[in-house]
Amino acid sequence: MLALFYIFIAVALGVSFWQITRVMNLRNVIATDDDNNKQGKIALGFMVFLYAMMIYCLLAMNVIMLPESASLEGEHDDTLFNITFILIGIVQFIMQFLIFFFTYKYRGNKDKKALFFADSHKLELIWTVIPAITIVLLIGYGLWQWNNIMYVGDDENPIVIEVYSQQFRWDARYAGADNELGLGNVNFININKQNTMGVDMSDPKAQDDKQVTELYLPKGKKVLFKFRSQDVLHSAYMPHFRAQMNCVPGMVTQFSFTPKFTTEEMRQNPEVIAKAKGINKIRLAKGEDPYVFDYLLLCNKICGASHYNMQMKITVVEEEDYKKWLGEQKTLAQVIK
Amino acid sequence: MSAEHHHHKETFVTKYIFSTDHKMISKQFLITGMFMGIIGVFMSMLFRLQIAWPEKSFSIIEAFLGSHQQTDGIMNPDTYLALVTIHGTIMVFFVLTAGLSGTFSNLLIPLQIGARDMASGFLNMISYWLFFISSVVMVVSLFVEAGPASAGWTIYPPLSALPQAIPGSGMGMTLWLVSMAIFIASSLIGSLNYIVTVLNLRTKGMKMTRLPLTMWAFFVTAIIGVISFPVLLSAALLLIFDRSFGTSFYLSDIFISGEVLHYQGGSPVLFEHLFWFLGHPEVYIILLPALGISSEVISTNSRKPIFGYRAMIGSILGIAFLSTIVWGHHMFVSGMNPFLGSVFTFTTVLIAIPSAVKAFNYVTTLWKGNLQLNPAMLFSIGLVSTFVTGGLTGLVLGDSALDINIHDTYFVVAHFHLVMGVSALFGMFAGVYHWYPKMYGRMMNKVMGYWHFWLTIISAYGVFFPMHFIGLAGLPRRYYTNTYFPMFDDLADINVFMTVMAIIGGLAQLIFLANFFISMYRGPKASQNPWNSNTLEWTTPVEHIHGNWPGKIPEVHRWAYDYSKTDDNGNYIHGQDFVLQTTPLKDGEEPS
Repeated sequence: MLALFYIFIAVALGVSFWQITRVMNLRNVIATDDDNNKQGKIALGFMVFLYAMMIYCLLAMNVIMLPESASLEGEHDDTLFNITFILIGIVQFIMQFLIFFFTYKYRGNKDKKALFFADSHKLELIWTVIPAITIVLLIGYGLWQWNNIMYVGDDENPIVIEVYSQQFRWDARYAGADNELGLGNVNFININKQNTMGVDMSDPKAQDDKQVTELYLPKGKKVLFKFRSQDVLHSAYMPHFRAQMNCVPGMVTQFSFTPKFTTEEMRQNPEVIAKAKGINKIRLAKGEDPYVFDYLLLCNKICGASHYNMQMKITVVEEEDYKKWLGEQKTLAQVIK
Repeated sequence: MSAEHHHHKETFVTKYIFSTDHKMISKQFLITGMFMGIIGVFMSMLFRLQIAWPEKSFSIIEAFLGSHQQTDGIMNPDTYLALVTIHGTIMVFFVLTAGLSGTFSNLLIPLQIGARDMASGFLNMISYWLFFISSVVMVVSLFVEAGPASAGWTIYPPLSALPQAIPGSGMGMTLWLVSMAIFIASSLIGSLNYIVTVLNLRTKGMKMTRLPLTMWAFFVTAIIGVISFPVLLSAALLLIFDRSFGTSFYLSDIFISGEVLHYQGGSPVLFEHLFWFLGHPEVYIILLPALGISSEVISTNSRKPIFGYRAMIGSILGIAFLSTIVWGHHMFVSGMNPFLGSVFTFTTVLIAIPSAVKAFNYVTTLWKGNLQLNPAMLFSIGLVSTFVTGGLTGLVLGDSALDINIHDTYFVVAHFHLVMGVSALFGMFAGVYHWYPKMYGRMMNKVMGYWHFWLTIISAYGVFFPMHFIGLAGLPRRYYTNTYFPMFDDLADINVFMTVMAIIGGLAQLIFLANFFISMYRGPKASQNPWNSNTLEWTTPVEHIHGNWPGKIPEVHRWAYDYSKTDDNGNYIHGQDFVLQTTPLKDGEEPS
């Protein structure tokens, strides 16, 4: 591969050098009718290339996309995304056609005259008003969905989980029986006593909190994540749930969603099966273990050297399994002496 | 100022180095910008190699990176971050702000409005030399022991504030901040000069509504720069305070390397607000000059007036105004109040309206034109194409609800590279091909120009179109490698394809460089008005003189776009398909 690469570079350099010596002697430097004709046709050819690439990408890359939203709230994100994408797709196909087709169609010629056409209020009104209306509709749906996601009602009674970030790992803390997190601050960090998340152990609410290194979530229950960071900015990105929030040192941020499919159910999703099949073909060729789908939390804000490997597994299970798993975890009062 | 004042003898130093002539200063900006551009593009080649073949050893990496930065031809993660950081910084500020605006505002403002020089030639010279110093500081920062700044070009604290967090936040970051502070001073001095010049030094008859659109673009760009760059300066100063003097503007509650730091009460979100208050207008500081250039080039080469001149001015002003109230769309998931997110979604998506007007007006200008497909024209058409492709995805990113899931993924990288990176570069290339005869008195080679254009646009689309989809697959940007995530294994082939395309695109720029430098000495001599253009710069002599016009400054009688103006019988009113702005109206001729 490397040898091929060097050969490629050598050929490219050779070709360009040959071209340069050949064309530098050309004294005719302004586009002639011949040039216009040739370049216009190339523009048409480029349009075909561009269309081919766009269509190929749209069809062939479907399989690598994220599967359908695994959270209830994310369903509207997917709908809104599809509407927006179809809309901009249509505009893109029309505009690129016009740009390159006009370049071809109206390529210059000595015998032609351009049309003196400086203004048309009617046309301009049309292409101001139509985008404006479309955009207002898109914004309307978008803002409704944004409010949907970002505000958690008091009556929803979500499960509270703290996600805690540091270079370069994630931890999580479940609020325990009282569903309230004990106070946290970096000043309480005491590595020797295993208080790695800086929890104030004099706070009564902290006693039943449970610290874990993997997230378990119950299907169908709303989860409210509280994010903290102890050093630099991180971002908790859970792409399958259409969820992301920065973790900011000095403040607590939050995000909530309701898991819709358990991990097992998601593994049976046709989109996931198709994607995993593609991945496993590649992994098999390289002699690596097969890939099995799991929900992940990734760091998505540049945070230092190992930013590229800062992840936490998320497992969604039925509610009774979740309760069983949570019951097995030790409380902070048991761990931190 | 009049031409007669300039008869004193010039030395090499006053002519080529400490010149106060705007034409020479513009060339200085261009050459410095190109030099920085070579560094910036080369860096992208290096980190694209890493992305495509993460475990492969490359002797080119061994040759260019020091022993601290690579191990046996494989770059270190820190170095990868440093390269993306400096690539972004150099391309955004040094190439597409100073290189583009500095070059063409300086060259064209006095020439197109009919002035002898900038309002202050001396400040103009200072502006260039500050830019030069800041470039030198930035280049020097590449060679400090712990490496250059590597917290991303957005330098979010605390990562950029704490050397414990990443080695590049030591001396490298200090030099970055110093360089940027000097850069901002340069930009401000330049912008003030442009504004004053456009407002005060227009020749007789050159009403604001007769200015070519390039002038409107540069003028409004300068205003946005004056409004927003000082805020970046204050952001940088406060960061310097936090880093060096122990203040807590951006830092609070930090535990790192086994100890709790003393910082209390600051917030990184404050920095994000200050940074993006410049950072977003910066996009338009980059883009508007490119759009201005392409307006001029497309109209001239279509042999048609630009369609909707007043609407174009209106959309420039609309974009400029909106650009200063949308910065929060970079921060939807930063932890700021969700209500602010709603407001910023609204203002952001509104920008689509003036942008759409611009795109439609360009296409209508092409319609029924007599297109002279010179390289400059092709680059301008390419600009419209990439501007549309990249701009449309802005509707996805600007919508806060959708942004949640694609924020900081490759989708964003694809979006902004197309809409402001490639588009602005295309505008810059169009400008160079179009005004080269004005700058150097010679013509660039068209065949090489054609090769340059087609290779560049094919590779640009080849790199950035598929990139949208790996973003939609959920791949975060700024990952040194994604081999730790089996779920991204199926993106490897696409990454290889993109890297090959990027290398082709990078190499294609060598054609441009060869064309540029060889034409300087061997290109055919230019005629006074090679493109049969209407604007004033083509009424000056080919050989540069101080004061631009020998004798009196010409008077302007019409707007800049009387191309192919015909009478009722379909004959050209003035006997040819262009009418210089200096040509008086004929009896009975309707002003346009």
